[in-house]
Amino acid sequence: MDDWGRFLQQVVNGLSQGSIYALIALGYTMVYGVLRFINFAHGDVFMVGAFAGLYLHRWFTPVLGIIPGYGGALIILTGAMAMCAALGIVIEWLAYRPLRGAPRLIVLITAIGVSLFLEYAAQLIFGPNRQPFPDLIETKMIGGLGGVLVKNTQVIVLAVTVVLLVALRFIVMKTKLGMAMRALSFNPTAAALMGVNTNVVISFTFGLGSALAAAGGIFSSMLYPQVQPFMGVTVGLKAFVAAVLGGIGNIPGAALGGLLIGVIETMVVAYSSEFGFSSGYRDAVAFVILILILLFKPSGLLGRTEREKV
Amino acid sequence: MNRRLSIFLLLAAGLALPACKKVASNEIAIGEFASLTGATATFGQGSHRGTQMAIDEINAAGGLLGKKVRLVTEDDQSKQGEAATVVRKLISRDKVVAVLGEVASGRSLEAAPICQKAMIPMISPASTNPRVTEVGDYVFRICFIDPFQGTVLSKFALSRGWKKAAILTDVKQDYSVGLTQFFKEHFTKNGGTIVIEQSYSTDDTDFNAQLTTIKAAEPDVIVASGYYTESGLIAKLARQLGLNAPLLGGDGWDSPSLVKVAGAAMEGSFFSNHFSTEDKAPIIQDFIKRYRAKHNEDPDAMVALGYDSAMILADAIKRAGTTEPAKLRDAIAATKDFPGVTGKITLDEKRNANKPAVMLTIKDGKFRYVETIAP
Repeated sequence: MDDWGRFLQQVVNGLSQGSIYALIALGYTMVYGVLRFINFAHGDVFMVGAFAGLYLHRWFTPVLGIIPGYGGALIILTGAMAMCAALGIVIEWLAYRPLRGAPRLIVLITAIGVSLFLEYAAQLIFGPNRQPFPDLIETKMIGGLGGVLVKNTQVIVLAVTVVLLVALRFIVMKTKLGMAMRALSFNPTAAALMGVNTNVVISFTFGLGSALAAAGGIFSSMLYPQVQPFMGVTVGLKAFVAAVLGGIGNIPGAALGGLLIGVIETMVVAYSSEFGFSSGYRDAVAFVILILILLFKPSGLLGRTEREKV
Repeated sequence: MNRRLSIFLLLAAGLALPACKKVASNEIAIGEFASLTGATATFGQGSHRGTQMAIDEINAAGGLLGKKVRLVTEDDQSKQGEAATVVRKLISRDKVVAVLGEVASGRSLEAAPICQKAMIPMISPASTNPRVTEVGDYVFRICFIDPFQGTVLSKFALSRGWKKAAILTDVKQDYSVGLTQFFKEHFTKNGGTIVIEQSYSTDDTDFNAQLTTIKAAEPDVIVASGYYTESGLIAKLARQLGLNAPLLGGDGWDSPSLVKVAGAAMEGSFFSNHFSTEDKAPIIQDFIKRYRAKHNEDPDAMVALGYDSAMILADAIKRAGTTEPAKLRDAIAATKDFPGVTGKITLDEKRNANKPAVMLTIKDGKFRYVETIAP
């Protein structure tokens, strides 16, 4: 494979990792849109999504065996998304709803508490050790344009992410609940006065964001088949950076930010040796980007388009 | 309401009281800090089981200096930072006479200065980074060190005719960074070339970028100097990419979790270790039998090292005839030809053990003995 082919392969590596960041970043950004706070427990919902996939696979192995093609993987994906949507709604109902109207700092600290609760509860229930994630889809190398070799799972992850993004766009732009979400992000008081049921919309937002995080968890475990209770910490932080990079509160921004962070990170690793620095700087890159964004364009890349804020 | 509150407080106080009991005069408290949970949990669980087994056997044989031995174990959650906290607690609150731990070099390096300052002897069962015992004269270890382990890996690679090595280092772990450095030094001096060097951080999961680059460099062998926590996943992703060179690692791979995560991807890879369950020596087979009777599984090297660390400490307490720190330190330092399950242990003037290493390979999901490489 020539240099160009390898470059394209790294782009695909970056995009597939980026889709995971993007899916999580959407949850951060949507919750920020309606409630104006950062739900730091979101990265751990991603982890719960991965474990949900692991257990669904374990419980339903005999059933899944008879489903042809990608049907089994699809059932696990939707199952995990549904479970995490429920989890997201419960978290909001138990932890954040009683604090509605409280100073934002209190809610933020509560979010950190919820995050720690989820991590250590998972450690208690699932054990501290890393567990292998089953192959929902058998990984194969497939050829693409120009002799590029990529994993089939990477292509599937990218494709399904695009489908989910389009679906999200449809929900936010074309449905009544989506319209209510946008109304709430413009002005919560005015939206409530116009008859929008704020609590329902907020629950819905949490459910939607958590379902996307669960999809991210399943995709991550498909690409890198290992799950553990703290897998959401770093990924969650990077997704948060992605949301800020795209402009927090902005849905297309979060998706773009996620993909960008994924590709940039991968390129740092891929070409580090040629430029004579360590590929260990990969993690630093996301945070350097965060600092630069906060310094020069605090509203993020797409942050100015207030119209689409949710 | 107020009365209910006061009753509750009284109850709480009653519960809390036994927790801060003083060290009884008829027992010797030995501290242990281990990663019972968190990323490298199997390390701490292994070394803890070994240590506990040793303490139980010592107590069954009548204790030390006519007193019972009490093991106080603290979990550092595999976290940098937490190790210092729990060791401070062991020394200041539990008044332990000595500290056993840790497996990971990074966390031992954190505890060592605290033990040194408090003048409490510390014995690390399995930290191989040379800097650990350089902290001071109260810090010991009963395993070989990474300059030796790096040489062993390099010798082994060269003996197999592998001249082109790729290296993947965990930059967050002192252990991995050290092992990489010592491997590189010996390997490049003796005719090998490092075709590419890549790194990652603990808890990373995405190794596609590194492995794609490594594949392009066409190495004969990939040295993964990090812990089992990432190495299993690295093997799996490498094989998916069609990168089929064998992987080579250090004792940080020794965990049942390695093969569980990697599955068939680890077959035919090699790592250096402190001990092999296939060793026919009676002392080892007897140890395996006792451990199996208790835990119904084979011990790994961390169990064996945890066991040896407690036994060496017990031996030193017996020889010193006291638990007074300075005398205990001198007794530990004088350990010579101690018959441990991980080999004959003699501590050198740098407070390290000089021991041979074994090379193991992964075959049919099991760790199989290949050869022993002496210092």
